[in-house]
Amino acid sequence: MLKQAIARLGNRTLQGVGRIGFAVRFFVAIMLHSGTAFRRFGLTIREMYFSGVQSLVIILVSGLFVGMVLGLQGYETLQTYGAEESLGILVALSLVRELGPVVAALLFASRAGSAITAEIGLMKATEQLSAMEMMAVDPIARVVAPRFWAGVISMPLLAALFSAMGIFGGYLVGVQLIGVDEGAFWSQMQSAVDFEQDILNGVIKSVVFGIAITTIALFEGYDAPPTAEGVSGATTRTVVTSSLAVLALDFVLTAFMFRGLS
Amino acid sequence: MQHDNLVEIEDVAFDYGARPVLKGINLTARRGQVIAIMGSSGCGKTTLLRLIGGQIKPGQGTVRVAGESLGELNQAGLYRLRRKMGMLFQFGALFTDMSVFDNVAFQLREHSDLPEDAIHDMVLMKLHAVGLRGASQLMPAELSGGMARRVALARAIALDPQLVMYDEPFAGLDPISLGVTGNLIRRLTDTLGLTSILVTHDVQESLKIVDYVYFVSEGVIVAEGTADDIRASDLPYVHQFVHGEAEGPVTFHYPAAPYVEDLRLGGQSA
Repeated sequence: MLKQAIARLGNRTLQGVGRIGFAVRFFVAIMLHSGTAFRRFGLTIREMYFSGVQSLVIILVSGLFVGMVLGLQGYETLQTYGAEESLGILVALSLVRELGPVVAALLFASRAGSAITAEIGLMKATEQLSAMEMMAVDPIARVVAPRFWAGVISMPLLAALFSAMGIFGGYLVGVQLIGVDEGAFWSQMQSAVDFEQDILNGVIKSVVFGIAITTIALFEGYDAPPTAEGVSGATTRTVVTSSLAVLALDFVLTAFMFRGLS
Repeated sequence: MQHDNLVEIEDVAFDYGARPVLKGINLTARRGQVIAIMGSSGCGKTTLLRLIGGQIKPGQGTVRVAGESLGELNQAGLYRLRRKMGMLFQFGALFTDMSVFDNVAFQLREHSDLPEDAIHDMVLMKLHAVGLRGASQLMPAELSGGMARRVALARAIALDPQLVMYDEPFAGLDPISLGVTGNLIRRLTDTLGLTSILVTHDVQESLKIVDYVYFVSEGVIVAEGTADDIRASDLPYVHQFVHGEAEGPVTFHYPAAPYVEDLRLGGQSA
């Protein structure tokens, strides 16, 4: 009984390590076959429309609400110290450093990542990828790499829009609804938010999340068993794995980026 | 002699892990012929097509297409050779995000710098050849199974290949589409000077149009000959297959333990 459990654990571990190996090789293959995605940038732009533009609604609406909640909660806490004019700082920093990249990435994983996995998985199941190979067109270069770069480019743009909408939401609640001084709200934000420390680090985070999510989504699709439950399982794994990856990477990146900050 | 044979398969064996699928196959396809590879489901017919297309490599033996040995080609060489091949997948495998026109134009756009005017004319000619010029603006989801397969055929011949492979071209078609597809394969082979390799288990339909037939069973070629040879054959396997008999060398039951034992009627079960 115990022996079996250990054997199962060993088997699972070996399979897991094997899959990581395949995923890394897959990532290297995408890098090597990325030429087409840039030479024929139209292909990448088309995919940016599907994964980026079509995620706009969910990103913008979520950003607005997250910002509005930040405005309410932040005001509640800050006013006990008489510091409600710092609301602009609180809203902007939490969005630009953390919530913008992270929440946008989580939404992107469930909106665009799952769609990518399902699409690639079904293309494989219906032999479209095989057909492409037989037509002497490399599916990694023609199908996978444009989707990868589209995701990597879209992710920081979506995170930036999320943060912008969030700040606007915070302004609506804080300034327009509650009545925090407008001049103080914006000027304190402007002086406290640092371009390199805050904005650039946020952008770096979202680029890293974009790479992680699209790689996981594309790999799961490409590796999915060509059956109905194979594709559905792969889609679920994409959302779960990439969400966990985003949160774990966020911790690691934050630990490095904001180490020396007072 | 070398130039007469477009495809030459010599002593090819292949296995999926521990399960041997092909055990020493010899097969040739002369230019201009329609060849059929027949056998019951799961006998390795499709594997044979994948070997000819270079999607998998044989464990033993050589596969030669147009004089080039597939095992010795790198990916660039393989892709160069594949431009001389077309393949019709069982369910068409059309790109579902593109219209019929764009599906047929796909290879022309990928592999040539032709102006869009020229591509337009070439695509419509190919679609006309399969009788679907009027359907060029439809999406694959709007096509019936038979139409999808004809579009896939137009796509497969878009670059005027020398060799076209068909994976179960007759499966799941109504009687009219069946006859249309069969005649189309014969007519295209003759008029375009192609070589066609069919993988099928539809005996009656394919015997009408083929020049030569190979029967595959359990990984080896058990019979070969012209359509008339096959019809007249008295080999038990071929006879059973051609006449669709339930009893013969191919058994209905998957290998199993004795029935009595499986039902625990042996008397000693606990």
